[in-house]
Amino acid sequence: MSPEHATDPSSLPRPQRARWAVLGERAIEALIRLCGVSAIVFVAAIFFFVLREAAPILVRDEFSLTEFLFSTEWYPTSANNIRYGTLALTVGTLSVTALAMAIAVPFGLGAAIYISEFCSGRVRETLKVVIELLSAIPSVVWGFVGLTVMSKLIVQLTGAPVGVNILNGGIILALMSVPVIVSIGEDALKAVPDSYREAGLALGATRWQIVYRVLLPAARNGLLAAVLLGVGRAVGETMAVLMATGHAVHIPGGILDSVRTLTANIAAELGEAPAGSDHYRVLFLTGTLLFLITFLVNLTADFVVRGIRRK
Amino acid sequence: MTELIKEIEVEDLRLAYDSKEVLHGITFDVYRNEILAVIGPAQSGKTSMLRCLNRTIDFTASATVSGQVRVAGEDVRRTKDIYALRRKIGMVAPLPTGLPLTIYENVACAPRCSGLSRKGDLDPIVERCLRQAALWDEVKDRLGSLGTALSGGQQQRLTIARALSHRPEILCLDEFSIAIDPVTTMRIEDVLKELRREITIVLVTNLTQQARRLSDRTMFLWDGEIVEIDRTEVIFSGQPKSERTRGYVEGVFG
Amino acid sequence: MRFEKTSHVARKERAEAMAKAIFALMATAMVVPLALIVGYLVYLAWPSLSWEFLVDVPKRGMTDGGIWPAFVGTLYLVGISLIVATPIGVLAAVYLNEYAKDNWFNRVVHLAVINLAGVPSIVHALFGLGAFVYAAGFGYSILSAALTLAIMTLPVIIASTREALASVPVAFREACWNVGATRWQTIRAVVLPNSISGILTGVILQVSRAAGETAPVMFTGAVFFKAVERGELFPYGLREQCMALSMHLYTLATQVPNVKESLPYATAVVLLGSVLLVNTAAITLRVWLRGRKRW
Repeated sequence: MSPEHATDPSSLPRPQRARWAVLGERAIEALIRLCGVSAIVFVAAIFFFVLREAAPILVRDEFSLTEFLFSTEWYPTSANNIRYGTLALTVGTLSVTALAMAIAVPFGLGAAIYISEFCSGRVRETLKVVIELLSAIPSVVWGFVGLTVMSKLIVQLTGAPVGVNILNGGIILALMSVPVIVSIGEDALKAVPDSYREAGLALGATRWQIVYRVLLPAARNGLLAAVLLGVGRAVGETMAVLMATGHAVHIPGGILDSVRTLTANIAAELGEAPAGSDHYRVLFLTGTLLFLITFLVNLTADFVVRGIRRK
Repeated sequence: MTELIKEIEVEDLRLAYDSKEVLHGITFDVYRNEILAVIGPAQSGKTSMLRCLNRTIDFTASATVSGQVRVAGEDVRRTKDIYALRRKIGMVAPLPTGLPLTIYENVACAPRCSGLSRKGDLDPIVERCLRQAALWDEVKDRLGSLGTALSGGQQQRLTIARALSHRPEILCLDEFSIAIDPVTTMRIEDVLKELRREITIVLVTNLTQQARRLSDRTMFLWDGEIVEIDRTEVIFSGQPKSERTRGYVEGVFG
Repeated sequence: MRFEKTSHVARKERAEAMAKAIFALMATAMVVPLALIVGYLVYLAWPSLSWEFLVDVPKRGMTDGGIWPAFVGTLYLVGISLIVATPIGVLAAVYLNEYAKDNWFNRVVHLAVINLAGVPSIVHALFGLGAFVYAAGFGYSILSAALTLAIMTLPVIIASTREALASVPVAFREACWNVGATRWQTIRAVVLPNSISGILTGVILQVSRAAGETAPVMFTGAVFFKAVERGELFPYGLREQCMALSMHLYTLATQVPNVKESLPYATAVVLLGSVLLVNTAAITLRVWLRGRKRW
């Protein structure tokens, strides 16, 4: 069959897209753009609606924001002297998070280094699968483990009167935060070009020397981001700490003391606070505070990561 | 020889990526039914120039374009339907790219995008284009198999079939033979010789001998500027107007 | 000529071996707890684990019986949140990967997605309470709870879809543009069909996340107890409250005195087992589809 010789291509009418097809495409592209900005809408909505429930108490005369933030006295249901001081709760959050990070960061970074630099093939794939499964465990299950398994273990090993305390919550949170640190840390190490490793080998360095002299400094930003995101995860955790750290709202004396975190406190008391009451509004205010803290942590982590991309 | 109609007119085309200018105001014409070869060393702006013709340069955020490009008399930057413009120009990239669709769908892709959907309309187009690209005999029994599973040479011919499927008036080839074997190259060169009777061809190539074999006129683009553009016999005669042209063509540099 | 090991080299090799051992230990320190925890939970749950346990309803003030209302309630919540979150998440990822130019606005969008992923679950609960239960007037209901879950799990779908879209080589898009296809035609013909596996993985991960969350449903629509028929498939209406597996575990573990000992453990095992099963399915899907690459 011979190609069309004499026909001038521009003389044949070109097929046109049906009008409905063009309109349909414009509609779906509008929908795509709408969904694209939905994330902004949702984040703003979360902040708005949480603040909205909390706002009325900010304008009340008896309420003092400084007392809210810096007093350790939390007595929302007292008969004659209601006080809303969250400092003890903040210290609770900080102490459990600090312990969790003290455990999770070395183990997490160590595991990330191992997976990225020292093992291969089957072992690496298996470890990565395990990490992924570890990160999928629901927080209420972790809390349950803390309440039952860990609690008994702690009482047996340390002779503490109660097994739900900072130590319990710290270990549980560490196990929950490690997968975040490992996966992002591993990404950070993988992002370091192989040429760095080859240069180290050419100089006669062992793999360990390459890691601490070359790779850790080079991946510094990504590793920092990994830790920050781990912190964010720990600070925001609710159910696990609710069940594993105990009831006491006070400044702890040691890691065997029970505490309560900002997150757990809301979960524990929200059910009993009548809608619209001061107690209710203060709990929403605590939620706003939590939102701002995690927002800042995530923002910082993103800036740190952006620092590497600019290089 | 019929009167020379200008198919493409380029006037003072400047292109910059961020602040680095890569085309310094080039001006040239392409006549209907000719094969214009564009030769020059790497990084001369040849690919960028092609992308300005069908405005796929728009997809590069850092690119700024000035000057005029007219295709069949129409200013490409003021065109109402940019997709129709892109269908007037067929583009073949250096690396053979079969789409991860069936061979049939590879060639039917463009007609579908133009609104055709009935099998009765698409079948003859697919067959015609695969024949024109000298690929029909090899694939006619397996049109339902994956386009990316073909060999490099076959995928490049598939790309040509795809480029022909929207009845372009101009066919641009960007170093099409770089990643394929010499036998397929020769087959495609035969295809081009057949096609030139109907359409205009702009052939960017780093193989000077290929330019000599195929083209009517040759343009030597160097570092974003046109050094010389003339009939092919003149460029390769050993006495082109510019010393640099002679140097490049004879392999002194490049 | 044999190279003899100098003491210097031997020392370096010993340090290397020790470093490797330490790091391996750190890595295994995570595998071991997982195995031990699962093992211990199953051991203590054993007396209660049975098909009966799944299909039966709680009895005798929740100190005995089964978990059916909670299990089917979780299915409701997960199903509805999935239907809501998937289209929004996929289209949002399409926008971010295919349409968004590199300007300040889209950097804000990108930041918003990251922040959405980092919001504490109790804050999501507060949001659901303020926005859906009260402001929108849905009240305590499956609807409120599912919508809260949908917004919470949106980042999971967005992340997986983006990864899938980004893995489609640019060359394919360029080939489509060259033949005059519009952006959407390119996406529909080549990009999306070749991203289905990643999208599916994201959906599966979303399901696992939604099933395990407690706080967001506890305050928006899940309840302590709801009377349901044994094995009933559609016991709940959208505006009703429901029981949920995650909350049920919390209830049994902290709110029910004298509960039969194996009951909360068995609930934990069912919840954990379901979640791990779903995640394993996602991982298997990913690995299988990696071997079936079409280019």
